[in-house]
Amino acid sequence: MQQPASDVSTHLSSDASNDSLPPPVHFEVDPSAYKHWKVSFDGPIARVAMDVDPDGGIRDGYELKLNSYDLGVDIELADVVRRMRFEHPEVRVVVLTSANDRAFCAGANINMLSQSTHAWKVNFCKFTNETRCEIEDATEASHQVWVAACNGTTAGGGYELALACKEIYLQDDGNSAVSLPEVPLLGVLPGTGGLTRLVDKRMVRRDRADVFSTTAEGIRGKKAVDWNLVDGVFPRSKFDEKVLERVQKVVAEASDDLPAGERKGVELPPLAPEVTDSTRTYKYVSLSLDPVTRVAELTIEGPSADDVALLKKGAEAVHAAGADVWTLRAYRELDDALLHLRVNEQQVGLVLLRAKGDAQTLLDHDAALIAARDHWFVREIVLHMARVLRRLDNTSRSFFALGDAGTAWAGNFLELAMAADRFYLLDDSDNPVKVGLSELNEGGLPMLHGLTRLQTHFIGYPQQLDELIGSRELIDPEDADEAGLVTVLLDEIDWDDDVRIAIEERASLSPDALTGMEQNLRFAGPETPDSKIYARLSAWQNWIFIRPNATGPEGALTLYGRPERPQFDWKRV
Amino acid sequence: MIATTSVDLNAKIPNNVGLADDPKLQRALEKWLPNYLEWWHDMGPTDFEDKPVFLRTAISVERGGWANYAHVRMPDYRWGIFLEPNKTDPTIKCGDDAGAPAWQDVPGEHRNALRRIIVTQADTEPASVEQQRLLGHMAPSLYDLRNLFQVNVEEGRHLWAMVYLLHKYFGRDGRDEADELLLRRSGDEDKPRILGAFNQPCDHWLSFFAFTMFTDRDGKYQLAALAESGFDPLARTTRFMLTEEAHHLFVGETGLGRIIQRSAELQKIDSNGDVRAQGGIDFDLIQRTINYWYTYSLDLFGGEISSNASTFFASGLKGRFREDNYEDHKAIEGMYRMPVVESGKLTEQDVPMRNAMNEVLRDSYVKDCERALGKWNKLLEEAGSPTRLTLPSRRFHRHQGIYAGQFFTPGGELISEDQYRASEDKWLLVPEDNDYLVSLMKPVYEPGKFANWIAAPRKGIDGQPIDFEYVRMD
Repeated sequence: MQQPASDVSTHLSSDASNDSLPPPVHFEVDPSAYKHWKVSFDGPIARVAMDVDPDGGIRDGYELKLNSYDLGVDIELADVVRRMRFEHPEVRVVVLTSANDRAFCAGANINMLSQSTHAWKVNFCKFTNETRCEIEDATEASHQVWVAACNGTTAGGGYELALACKEIYLQDDGNSAVSLPEVPLLGVLPGTGGLTRLVDKRMVRRDRADVFSTTAEGIRGKKAVDWNLVDGVFPRSKFDEKVLERVQKVVAEASDDLPAGERKGVELPPLAPEVTDSTRTYKYVSLSLDPVTRVAELTIEGPSADDVALLKKGAEAVHAAGADVWTLRAYRELDDALLHLRVNEQQVGLVLLRAKGDAQTLLDHDAALIAARDHWFVREIVLHMARVLRRLDNTSRSFFALGDAGTAWAGNFLELAMAADRFYLLDDSDNPVKVGLSELNEGGLPMLHGLTRLQTHFIGYPQQLDELIGSRELIDPEDADEAGLVTVLLDEIDWDDDVRIAIEERASLSPDALTGMEQNLRFAGPETPDSKIYARLSAWQNWIFIRPNATGPEGALTLYGRPERPQFDWKRV
Repeated sequence: MIATTSVDLNAKIPNNVGLADDPKLQRALEKWLPNYLEWWHDMGPTDFEDKPVFLRTAISVERGGWANYAHVRMPDYRWGIFLEPNKTDPTIKCGDDAGAPAWQDVPGEHRNALRRIIVTQADTEPASVEQQRLLGHMAPSLYDLRNLFQVNVEEGRHLWAMVYLLHKYFGRDGRDEADELLLRRSGDEDKPRILGAFNQPCDHWLSFFAFTMFTDRDGKYQLAALAESGFDPLARTTRFMLTEEAHHLFVGETGLGRIIQRSAELQKIDSNGDVRAQGGIDFDLIQRTINYWYTYSLDLFGGEISSNASTFFASGLKGRFREDNYEDHKAIEGMYRMPVVESGKLTEQDVPMRNAMNEVLRDSYVKDCERALGKWNKLLEEAGSPTRLTLPSRRFHRHQGIYAGQFFTPGGELISEDQYRASEDKWLLVPEDNDYLVSLMKPVYEPGKFANWIAAPRKGIDGQPIDFEYVRMD
């Protein structure tokens, strides 16, 4: 049996020339090179039709039949979602449908899953979940409502994709059903948000959700409507017409209270980083890897005075500058670097974050950005920053923010320190490092569970939080430590040794235990459906994925499509 | 009220399933029966409801009980429910649990799969009645008209047989599915029948005979595979259905045979060998009909490489044709080598035997069709015709499975779509064929007379003469 993903996730180099390894995964795609999606536009309505090329898998060894998907299909979808917001702000409703005449979408490709390593499965599920959360984010925050037009079988991940849309319409032809067959057929969970969205988003009664999730063939027609699994069913002959009728109403609803600004799209050009065996260098972001220590350094350069001056000219000027605006460019680069780390550099356990720049410039930047925020494009920039930071929160690596000479932890850069597992700050009067809050730290960049990173950080110390909120003053390291923002404050004499020891110690701990520990500590406070998907659904799925009942030699996922039937260990754990 | 109806039901419905003592079944049928009769009235044969037809009715499972002949009006037909008695203690015939006692009730583990299997089989039965509802108006003889109606009422009974299983063993879901069987319509854009071949139009008798020859023959093999099921009521039901199915195949095989025989005669009579000039059905058209219906019927067996097929076999839900003839009933080992298309070329692939079970069943079917073709060609040879008919490759003109979406010649050679489109009208039925056949097929209702395009059968039904009044038209 082929193992398409076994090697890619372990190598430390981005060099594709080594023949024995599959090439690294690229997360940047060009719409003209989509293999699996057809995107068309008609004024305020976009149509995104899934048309998966069966032979177009990102790895060998499986065929993407019946609009089933793998990571490559979802990377393109994520690109569609992102570009829709930036490049097509005129679009109010995105109709997600299928160009395959037999299926809307059959979900994640099972052969791909059963052949993949655990790490590949986990990264795949995490990325697909993030894409679906982005669809919901677009619906809620960008007046860009996704509507699923399920014109055929909508199974497993296919239904999860539909669940990410605000409304779901199913073809009523006596045959097309929505289903979550993972439990009965594969012995795993509908892990791309399926279970959570069923009860938390669509508020399907839990007993019905139980029946639905154990009925492999799913539910169709009127019953699907009665159970709120879909919002409506239309006969096949009238399907397109009825969906369009509904979509036009949604367009009208979504056109109320639109943010200001001419609805002219902003193109997202390729980031084109410079890549060597151990480095990835973008314009503002750089990533370097040490294969021996398994430590990566991720550095981001702050905005210049010119960048701030541009923002101060106002929203129209920002719009005209487009993708070159520091904020958008830098965070796109950070996003790409994080995705690269996750999937292509799996040996790296610890990431040292450095935010370089001038603290006051950062605060000025954030203030100017906020001032221009009524414009749709500026708004999208902030929403994008928030998503990238959430991606960081959800990355299963240890992050240490290192506040040494030349760094600045103000405004949006303070979010990096608060997202990190620890924040080391240098206290050296010759090289003063400043810390400060902007409005962005107090909302606008929420975590998955709805709180700001500062709220989460100070969850047991509301008074300390109150003292910080509202102040736009830059503070010295000692004051920052006093205010409770710093994990370890070190002077210039202690810095090198203490930081080295902390790094070596961290790198020596069990990677699995660290992943679990970090994810448990990062999200103090309440849960939201989004956070439940990662904290609960994904955690359970990852457990099930390594259990023999799913992936052992006689497990249901292993044996799916093979002649043998699964043999379960009946003990409940 | 209910009690009276139940008594009526039992008197009306011949059965050996203890209907009189089964209130659950009575309740289900009381609701379903009026809907069924309404469906029959709306979608059954048009305009012949008041005509007495010389029909065979099954009234018991005793020897000869399945074949009682009398003139009956179709709406008065007694659709019965019968399970073939077991001669020995039934066992699971195949899969991991082969040899263990068969299930008398539906095992929860297999409930959904079994319901799907039964619903899919059941859906074909009313579908074919719907497809054939207009054919009475162009029947080539009273003998053939009667055969059409016999096929129709028995398809109706087969629906009953499947609905019985749904009602008896699948609770509320089963009743819902049984209701939906009466709501889908062959060829309807919005509520089509489940399988493709059962949505194809069947506008004339050439298609009818091809349908009963090729498509009903798929039914025979599906029923035979279900007759090996570890779910004993399903196995017994389908075994009884097979006896009736044999007649449908007889109608198709002899019907096409009689057309072929007549066309050979007309070929001889005409100085240019032009069958059409003599008002018959030319061999090219017959060949195209074979190509069309045979390949649509091949689709009905499902994908060549199928995890469903594997699961059904492994779980003992569906066996192979005459499972008894195999030594290894587990089939966990062994491979099936089949041609597949890979990177634009035809090559061979080994597929685990269980995953190839659809193909194994299709093999039995293809062999059976080849036998019938041999018979027809022998007939042509004896009639002194130079023409020979062929079966196309099983890769040609497929809409399901690994060859769907690829293009092949009838000989099975992989070609481009352009090449295929250029020759398609030489290989498959075209609308003009339909026009010609519909114009040709004027009804013949005089006892003993046959349309010019078909030969008379060798003998009548149930020992009756050929000129017997099989349908009373006045």
